[in-house]
Amino acid sequence: MPSDGFFRNLWRSFQKKPPEILEQSPTPKLNFIPGAEPREKLDPWWWLVVAVAVLLVLLIALKPDPYWDIFLFVRDGLAITVELTVISFVFIIIVGLIGGLGRIAKNPVIHFIASLYVEIIRGIPLLVQLIWWYYAAPALIKEIGQAIHWDFMANYVANPFILAVVGLVVCYGAYMAEIFRAGIQSIPKGQMEASRSLGMSYLQSMIHVVLPQAIRVVLPPVGNEFIMLLKDTSLVSVVAVADLTRRGREFMAAHFNPLTVWTLIALLYLVLTLVAARFISWLETRRKY
Amino acid sequence: MVKPIIHIENVHKHFGRIHALRGVSLDVNVGEVVVILGPSGSGKSTLLRCINHLEVYDSGTIEVDGILLKTAQNINTVRREVGMVFQSFNLFAHLTALQNLTLAQRKVRKRSKAEAEKIARDLLKKVGITEKADSYPAQLSGGQQQRVAIARALAMNPKIMLFDEPTSALDPEMIKEVLDVMLALAKEGMTMVVVSHEMGFARAAASRAIFMDEGQIVEEGKPDKLFTNPTQERTKLFLSKVLQI
Repeated sequence: MPSDGFFRNLWRSFQKKPPEILEQSPTPKLNFIPGAEPREKLDPWWWLVVAVAVLLVLLIALKPDPYWDIFLFVRDGLAITVELTVISFVFIIIVGLIGGLGRIAKNPVIHFIASLYVEIIRGIPLLVQLIWWYYAAPALIKEIGQAIHWDFMANYVANPFILAVVGLVVCYGAYMAEIFRAGIQSIPKGQMEASRSLGMSYLQSMIHVVLPQAIRVVLPPVGNEFIMLLKDTSLVSVVAVADLTRRGREFMAAHFNPLTVWTLIALLYLVLTLVAARFISWLETRRKY
Repeated sequence: MVKPIIHIENVHKHFGRIHALRGVSLDVNVGEVVVILGPSGSGKSTLLRCINHLEVYDSGTIEVDGILLKTAQNINTVRREVGMVFQSFNLFAHLTALQNLTLAQRKVRKRSKAEAEKIARDLLKKVGITEKADSYPAQLSGGQQQRVAIARALAMNPKIMLFDEPTSALDPEMIKEVLDVMLALAKEGMTMVVVSHEMGFARAAASRAIFMDEGQIVEEGKPDKLFTNPTQERTKLFLSKVLQI
């Protein structure tokens, strides 16, 4: 019988350690900031990632027909999904940062434009936005091109991948703007005032004083957005992007085996999101502040 | 006559419906230590914050070191010359004490890392916290934080230092360590404007004391004279309450 103490110790190792008391003098040199103590233990939720991965491998290894065939068929879709998520996310961070700064801007014009963007975009379903960018936007570009007699625009051919990225960035950028706004506003005003009183410009103060502190606040919700984005990329399958979901539909249409196809697709998405979640959690522990 | 380093003329400031400053005029000469006191809401902090334009005033003029506070460029030039110490310290929480001192030196004064660090270490030594250079603000006591904040302002080689109730958020036993640093600074001939109710400091270091109430300067004079023989009724009432404690 395993001793009682083993489980108790294991449980304890998962608990957060209380912060060390920092009132010794001379002060020990720390490589972290009080409040951002590093966690020493391995993230306990890795077991779920391992479990799902093992299940996937077992399915493919024990029943290569149909699972291995499906996997071979959809793997390029898997790559597209990952590419789409990562590329979109880089631009979403940029748009979100600009939008967030716009939302707190004192200039009424900038504030109005940023607020209008957020309010409008948040009010339209992502699927509708993606369809608009794929079908309506090219038509609009062509019409404008014809009106101003500019052949380059009049003969515009829609690139599904680029338009999908645009749709995702525009939509998620609005949510990200609100996250950044809240993060920046959560930093006490005195930080900005102190920085300005030393002669630093608004931008310098933002970059060197406010944003580094805001990162700590926004990291969890930003990570959350990343996982939501990863899942929402499945919507681009309706606008001619051959992502994981679309490849799954194509395979099902040819072989009529919905149960196996969608079980595998679901497991593939699950592995992606679970790994992303662990990565974000690792980032949170890694940051110095 | 010497030109004053701070020239404030008929400054008005509104916060919504509240008329916080009602035509304040004040001249401060080089090397003067001016202590401003008054009840809360009298506009003393607002006046101080107007001097480096953290607060935008509605009308009147403020000239610092011959530079009129108007354009953004002027304001940054003035802020470079004016150090400010806050009631709540406002140390950059994500940086060590040393980094707090070097950041603006490098970004604004464009000093090299080595030069900025040398200046920072000298100043930390001056305010008596050499051994805490690598500590983060959260690891420091209030008094230590405020001394780092003073050193941070001094690192920019300001011509004027503004203190906005520097000891109000401190435990009594930490007040002295901050006041000692301020006294030493006054002795060196730094031009200082101090919003504070520390009578001891005012008597020891101030060349002038100013009593403000309801957005106006009620009375000013030598600290000893103002504290012991105030001419205005309002000043007497305020001092009788403050000195009782």
